Amino acid sequence: MNRLGNGIVDGARDALSRIAIPGLIMLVVYALIWISGDAVLIRVGTQMFINMVVVLGLYSFVGTSGVMSFGHISFMAIGAYAGALLTIPPAQKAVILPDLVHWLQVADVSTIPAALLAAGAAAIFALVMGVALMRLSGLAAGIATLAMIQIVFTVARNWDDVTRGTGSMLGVPTNTTLTSALIWALAILVVVVVFQRSRIGLRLQASREDPHAAAGVGINIYRERFIAFVLSAFIVGIGGFLHGQFVGVFSPDSFYLSLTFVTLAMLVVGGMTSVAGAVVGTVVISVVSEILQRVDQSVGITGMHEMGLSLIMLLFLILLPAGITGGRELMIRRDSFRRWRRGPRAGDGEGTAEGVSESAA
Amino acid sequence: MSELLQNAIDAASLGSLYALVALGIALIFGIMRLINFAHGDLVMVGGYIMLSLAGQPWPILVAGAILVPMIAALLMDRMAFRFLRDSDPSTLLIASFALSVFLQNLISAIYTPTASSVELPALVTKSFEIGGIRVAALSVMTIAGTALLLIALAIFMGRTSWGVQMRAAAQDFVMARLVGVRANIVIAMAFGLSGLLAGAVALSFVAQTGTVTPTLGVQLAAVGFVSVVLGGMGSIPAAAGGGFLLGAATVALQSFLPLELRPYRDVFVFAAVIGLLVMRPQGLFLRGDRETRV
Repeated sequence: MNRLGNGIVDGARDALSRIAIPGLIMLVVYALIWISGDAVLIRVGTQMFINMVVVLGLYSFVGTSGVMSFGHISFMAIGAYAGALLTIPPAQKAVILPDLVHWLQVADVSTIPAALLAAGAAAIFALVMGVALMRLSGLAAGIATLAMIQIVFTVARNWDDVTRGTGSMLGVPTNTTLTSALIWALAILVVVVVFQRSRIGLRLQASREDPHAAAGVGINIYRERFIAFVLSAFIVGIGGFLHGQFVGVFSPDSFYLSLTFVTLAMLVVGGMTSVAGAVVGTVVISVVSEILQRVDQSVGITGMHEMGLSLIMLLFLILLPAGITGGRELMIRRDSFRRWRRGPRAGDGEGTAEGVSESAA
Repeated sequence: MSELLQNAIDAASLGSLYALVALGIALIFGIMRLINFAHGDLVMVGGYIMLSLAGQPWPILVAGAILVPMIAALLMDRMAFRFLRDSDPSTLLIASFALSVFLQNLISAIYTPTASSVELPALVTKSFEIGGIRVAALSVMTIAGTALLLIALAIFMGRTSWGVQMRAAAQDFVMARLVGVRANIVIAMAFGLSGLLAGAVALSFVAQTGTVTPTLGVQLAAVGFVSVVLGGMGSIPAAAGGGFLLGAATVALQSFLPLELRPYRDVFVFAAVIGLLVMRPQGLFLRGDRETRV
């Protein structure tokens, strides 16, 4: 038998077993919204799939490396602004952004290339910032990412020629639909799972569990984190692009701490160390958030919804710090049924260092 | 020359403010490895108390603006952080982020989400002239107040039994508990002190800006973190030093940057911070041997 071929088949089967359940959850949610046909639900659902892209991107760095980031929403900002500059029709751009450089002034790119270019811009920014940021670890890294979002926020608020400063970016084509958001989210799910199971992803998860031991077996933590950081910036950049193309109007304040909070809450509540956690957390927080928002409107007190979300997040941190999924993947295995009858085995943890030894075996 | 002196006074005043914020964060960080995101929001709460008490005699105003953040800080510990004693620093950080969002929305539900202007006693808006430089009474009060607080804090930490226990807990929490330091009391005390410092910051900061918004604490908290990291995590004097330095650097950039770059001042400040972190991850004032050995 061909060993390489076997490896690829095994790899694909492994990836598929991790994609199946989160993917199914997404499809079910999509189907429910589609059947209901309710315009408000469609809006909420579209935003949910966009947020899912962002949270999956956040997972691919924070979840795999264990390094906290408060700065990823700045990649979203870059994706959204770059996307706007590439897709707003030139005639309109001449009106709202008269001082833009010429080549951007005339740029008129269709959606998918624009998404990739916008995400590329976010990734390039991450490449530059990562050189410095990835040398840090632990809390210092968390603080430095906070410095990063401050930098992007300040620039976005003041660079009038390109971002319209504190004014809103308007006239962005609104191309993101429920279906397109779902397709992007599914595609990103595949990318993130493949990354998680790749050599780099496994090394990173090892370094998350025990940085000293990981360094001891020759893992270059800086390099692996750097790659994950750039990849996650690219994904979050796509999320930002989709968001911009969904709301059509946004300002620097749209990409600041409240969005950082919501996306982090999604990751924490779902379970920070698994892809399934990112997906489940996004769905749960979106639903809860929508319910709270309706209560908000009927009671007439603004801010109830955020207060509710923060209390939920606190309760999770206290009572269930590993999140709904317990930080494990929701997996389908060939022996799932047999195992279910025997009861769970010890050492079933996925997304932990055991994942590494398992794949090495 | 007089312009330079003017800048020096501004730098000292802003530096004092930042140092107080940094101290409040460092006190808690030292003991429980928590970077308190909600510290800035304690300042914000103090500011809103000033709004509510505007027009009252100033001793009441000062007492209210200091006591209420203290109580809020103690509540934060009792209602949330006490249940998170064994959590890792990232979890604590996220929890404090949640508390911060909670406080901001609570205040905007009680008051209004937009900015409100605070009526101030005439005393704080006065300024006087010495040798050709105009000095705001507020700057002098801020600098003097900070100096007093720092001295009081140094005496408390150095001379009293509680202070010694707090320092012991900051150095090695497990060991301190083994020799009889009571964890919950020491931590509550750290929260109380940090609330007090937040109140002091509120008095000076709101008197300077004259307005309060529910999000006014965010920028201050960011500044506080940066100061703590800049000075060196885990050391209280280093944090205060970091705060002074950051304040001075901010004023220097504000006055020496070319006019068209001034709106981008924060970009330079934060970029410099990232650069410094890379060169000296342990901070400016600490030696580099604090990495845990395995």
